[in-house]
Amino acid sequence: MERHLDQEEADLKEDLLKMGTLVENAIFESVESLKELSAGKANEVISDDKAIDEFENMIDEKCLDLLALRQPMAFDLRFIAMIMKISTDLERIADLAVDIAQRVLDLVGKPLLKPLIDIPKLTSLAQQMVKDALDSFVNKDADLAGKVILLDSEADKLRNLVQKELVEDYMGKDSSTVPRAVSLLLIARHLERICDHTTNIAEDVIYMVNAKVVKHHPEEIN
Amino acid sequence: MDSETRIKSENVDFFYGRTQALKNINLDIYKNQVTAIIGPSGCGKSTFIRLLNRMNELVPNTVLIGKIYLDGMDIFGPSVDAVEIRRQVGMVFQKPNPFPKSIFDNISYGLKANGIKDRSFIEERVEWSLKKAALWPEVKDRLSESALRLSGGQQQRLCIARSLAVESKVILFDEPCASLDPISTAKIEELITELKKEYTIVIVTHNMQQAARVSDYTAFFLMGELIEFGKTQDIFTKPKDPKTEAYITGRFG
Repeated sequence: MERHLDQEEADLKEDLLKMGTLVENAIFESVESLKELSAGKANEVISDDKAIDEFENMIDEKCLDLLALRQPMAFDLRFIAMIMKISTDLERIADLAVDIAQRVLDLVGKPLLKPLIDIPKLTSLAQQMVKDALDSFVNKDADLAGKVILLDSEADKLRNLVQKELVEDYMGKDSSTVPRAVSLLLIARHLERICDHTTNIAEDVIYMVNAKVVKHHPEEIN
Repeated sequence: MDSETRIKSENVDFFYGRTQALKNINLDIYKNQVTAIIGPSGCGKSTFIRLLNRMNELVPNTVLIGKIYLDGMDIFGPSVDAVEIRRQVGMVFQKPNPFPKSIFDNISYGLKANGIKDRSFIEERVEWSLKKAALWPEVKDRLSESALRLSGGQQQRLCIARSLAVESKVILFDEPCASLDPISTAKIEELITELKKEYTIVIVTHNMQQAARVSDYTAFFLMGELIEFGKTQDIFTKPKDPKTEAYITGRFG
């Protein structure tokens, strides 16, 4: 027998996935705006963020309604509570895409400091992590979520590489490069933070699936 | 488990005629804790708590195998008096069942039955019990009125007071709020939480939210078997057995 709650949970899941799609798109467009140094694209990322904010509020409200009206237990409870947390992390990820777009606006009209090598790698990694985290949520796949968490250290390494190169090869040698180098450094930092929030999502998925707390307990993964 | 065991059920089977109502129940009820027993109708939860104060003996053609201990004593032991067990392990039923007597007499009845004659002691004890059951302010000026004139919720608290008066250690609640409105239910739940400081409480309930609100431990029964027992917060957020999960999320039952 299908419960009313099953349909309500399915709707909630769909809302979260729609929000996830918008967030993935925001990351993609923000990095495209960097590659093309396009103010138009950067501004689009900034203005599109409103829709994502609205999704967060709507999902919060639906979750609170279900908690109050259905008084869910066990998996239902973990599912709804984790959706509330995941939507918060998705919204923060979108804010970081906006931050990237704002750094791009700082760079528009200036010559590119250097060919982009590690930032695109970091971007691909962030996009892969977000995609896998959302897939792990949809498929209740704790193993995939565990793999996402393990990728986070890669993101830290790439961010450090970008930082080292910018500081040692540019800022340290030629002070006129500092404003542009700082913007790139911040972009790497924003991408790395996206990976951190994605790790949170993956941790929430593991709790949702098998009630295991891996947050702050990485040894619990697998 | 860090709590002291008050009641221990050891390999308990129970039969009504040829029908087996309980299958190998092993369960510890901890002192000063509230243990909720949940499960669909016919799962054996009421049968189980009726064993805990030997009320099963009042039903003909039943067989009990296994042991039930109260503070380490086998309550079905040859020299144990069932009336004494029922004094120590009181019970409150789904429908309040006050005696058709005055409020005062409802409480004093058990004391007199236990051979207490001292009038002033009885009066003190009546007041003490009614205060413990959070009923005193509502009835102190009408103790000689018939208990049947009280509301359902008041009658239920009177029945709790009646059990407290004889210095019980354990109080068994069998669906105590099933016939009460939400306000009376909230009062009983508050009272249960208050009483656990001094008593051990077992509550059978169909209301999962009630079990979650009032209990420290929860036992899930299904078709005469104890499926899962654990801390209430674990049972309702991360049950281990898929049958428990299915029941508490309303997928069957």
